[in-house]
Amino acid sequence: MKKKSLGTKLTAAPYLVWSAIFIIVPLIFVLVYSVTDSQGNFTLQYILDIGKYKDVMLNSIWLGFIATVISLVISYPLAYIMARTTANVQRTMMILVMLPMWMNLLIRTYSMMIILQDTGIINTALEAIGLGKVHMINTEAAVVLGMVYNYIPYMILPLYSIMSKMDHNLIEAAEDLGANKFTVLKNIVLPLSLPGIASGFTMVFVPSVSTFYISKKLGGNTFSLIGDVIEMQFKSANNYNLGAALSLVLMVLIIICMMVMNRFTGEDDDGGVLI
Amino acid sequence: MKKIILPFIVALLAFFTALSCSAYENEEYYKNRGLEGTEINVFNWGEYISDTYEGGLINVNAEFEKLTGIKVNYVTYESNEDMYPKIKNGGASYDIVIPSDYMIERMIDEGMLLEIKTEELPNYKYVSEDYKGMYYDPDDRYSVPYNVGMVGLIYNKTMVEEAPTSWSALWDERYAGKILMIDNPRDAFAIPQKILGYSLNSTDEKELVDVAQMLIDQKPLLQGYVMDEIYNKMESGEAALVPYYVGDFVCMQEVNPDLDFVYPEEGVNIFVDSMCVPECAQNYEAAMLYINFMLDPEVAMSNAYYIGYATPNQGVLDHPDYEEMLENKYLYPESEDMPDTEYFHNLPQETLTFISNLWSEIKIQGTDISHIYIGFALIAAVTVYYIVRKRVISRRREYWYDNPEKNK
Repeated sequence: MKKKSLGTKLTAAPYLVWSAIFIIVPLIFVLVYSVTDSQGNFTLQYILDIGKYKDVMLNSIWLGFIATVISLVISYPLAYIMARTTANVQRTMMILVMLPMWMNLLIRTYSMMIILQDTGIINTALEAIGLGKVHMINTEAAVVLGMVYNYIPYMILPLYSIMSKMDHNLIEAAEDLGANKFTVLKNIVLPLSLPGIASGFTMVFVPSVSTFYISKKLGGNTFSLIGDVIEMQFKSANNYNLGAALSLVLMVLIIICMMVMNRFTGEDDDGGVLI
Repeated sequence: MKKIILPFIVALLAFFTALSCSAYENEEYYKNRGLEGTEINVFNWGEYISDTYEGGLINVNAEFEKLTGIKVNYVTYESNEDMYPKIKNGGASYDIVIPSDYMIERMIDEGMLLEIKTEELPNYKYVSEDYKGMYYDPDDRYSVPYNVGMVGLIYNKTMVEEAPTSWSALWDERYAGKILMIDNPRDAFAIPQKILGYSLNSTDEKELVDVAQMLIDQKPLLQGYVMDEIYNKMESGEAALVPYYVGDFVCMQEVNPDLDFVYPEEGVNIFVDSMCVPECAQNYEAAMLYINFMLDPEVAMSNAYYIGYATPNQGVLDHPDYEEMLENKYLYPESEDMPDTEYFHNLPQETLTFISNLWSEIKIQGTDISHIYIGFALIAAVTVYYIVRKRVISRRREYWYDNPEKNK
C-alpha cells in the first residue's frame, strides 16, 4: 500500500478533530454518566434499572422496524422505476423526493398532526362526502406514519443510487438465458441492490427507534417511546445518569440489530455496510 | 401570536401618540451611567414579553435599547426545570431571569441569586403591596414580581353536557378521548392532589403513589399529554377539557369564543413569576435598569396586555386604560369567586426524584407488547433460516469447486 503523504494526512485532519470533539467525547460522557450517580460515584444501579423500561424499549424498536419495512416496500419499486427513466424525469422525481426535506422536521410533524386529527383536513373531507370520521391521531399507526413520512427519503436515496449504477447488461443477459421477470428480480436485481437496502435500512431504522418528537405530537404522548423517556430524563427529571444509561443500552441494541442486518446483506468478506 | 382585545387598540394608540414625546417615567434615571454599548442577557419564558408594536403595544426590548443604548440579548426557555440546569451549570451568563416562586426559593437556598437593591429603583413603588414579602423571598431582597397566574380548567361549552365545577370532570367517562392533560409532572400531580385533599407540596410517598394511581386510571380517557399543542387542540375543538394557565386561556378564547374557564372548587395552584438576577450576571447595573424599565407602568401594561396574565403592578392596575381588563372575571375574580389557592414550594431532591420516577411510570403505562414478542420471534426465525440457508449454499458451492470431478 502506498504511504500516505503529509498533505493527505492533513486534509483528513479537520474531520478527525471534528469527530474527536463531537463524536468521541460525547460518547465518553454518555458512558461515564451511565455508570455514575449524581455525586459522581461509580454505580451500576442505573444500568440495572433499565428492566423497568424494557417494554418501552421493545415497543420503540418494533415500531421503528415496522416503519423501516414500510419505507422499504414503498421505496424499492419507486427507486427501481426512477433508475430506469430518462435523465429529465429522474431529476424531477429526485426533487419531489427531496422537497419535503427542505422543511424542518418539527414543522412537517406538526402539520401532520393537524392533518390527521379528528377535526383535521382528512376527517373534514371524509365527513363532507358522508363517509364519517376515522380516528387516526394519537395511535401507534399515526406514529409509524410520521416516521415513514419523515425518513423515507433516506431509504429512497441509497436505493436509487445503487440501482442507477446497476449494470443493465446483467439483466439483459439473464433475460437472454430465459429468466422470467420474477427470476430476474429475485436472482439479479435483489442481490445487487442489497447494499442499498442495508444502508437505507440503517438510515431509517436508527432515527425511527430513537425519535422523540414524532411520538409526542402524533402519539399524543400517551404511550412513550424510548426517545421520549430519555428526553424526559434530561429535560424535566434532571436525571442525566438514567438518561445516559438508557441511551447506552439503546445504542447497544441498535448495534445488535445492525449486526443482524449485516448478516443478510454482505458476504462476510466485503465488509458489509457501515453500522 | 397573541392578540389584544380590539376595542383597546384605538384607545391605546391615541394614548401613546399623546405621550410619544416622553413615554417613560424618570427617563433621566437611565441616562449617563456609562452603560451605552454594553450588553444585557435576558432569560425569560417563551411568549412572555411584549415584542410588537401592533395594536398599540410596545416592543419592550427595542424600547429599552433605544432608551439606554444597552443591547438586549433575549433568550427563552420552556419551563423552570428547563431553565434551572442552564443557570446551575453556568454554561452561559444571564443578567435577568424570570423563574416562578418555588424555583426562586430553590435558587435562593442554593445561593444562585444576587440581591436587588430595590430602594434604588424609582419604579419599585409600583409593585403591589399584595405581592411583597412572598413566602419565597420574605424580605423582597432577591425578586421583583412580574406576573401572577393560576391554573384552572379550560373547557369547550359546546362539547360538555354541563359546565364543570370540579377537577373530577377530567375523570368523567362521558368525555373519554376528549380530555387533555398538562404534560409536566408538578402541574399534573397538582390536580389529583387537590381532588384527594392533599397538599401540593406533599412529600409523603404514600400520598404521591395514590396521586400517580389516579393519573394511571385517567390515562385510558386521555387524548394526550400536551403543552404548547393545547392552543391548536382547544382552538380547533379537537379536545373538550384541559387544565392550563389562565393567561393562555384568555388568548385562546379570543380565537374560539366557545371556550370557557373555571376555577374548580377543590382549589387551584397560584404562581408568581418574578424577575431575578442570577449570580453569573455580568452586567448588574444594566440589570437594575432593565428591572426598573419593566416596572414602568407603560411597559408593564403592554406586557400585561400581550401576555394576558394578571399583573402585580399597581401602576397598571390603577391605569385608566387597563380598566376593561380588570373586569375580566378570569384574570381578576371577584373575592367571592376567588378559589382556594396554594403555591408550589421547593421540594427536597428525593421527593423530586420520586415524582419524576412515578411520572415515567405513568407515561409508560398501558403499552401492550405481547404482539411484539410474536413479531420479534418471527424476525428471529427468518434470520436464523436465512443464515443457515446461506451457510448451506456456500458449503455446497465450496464442495462443488473443490471436487469438480464429482459433478460431472
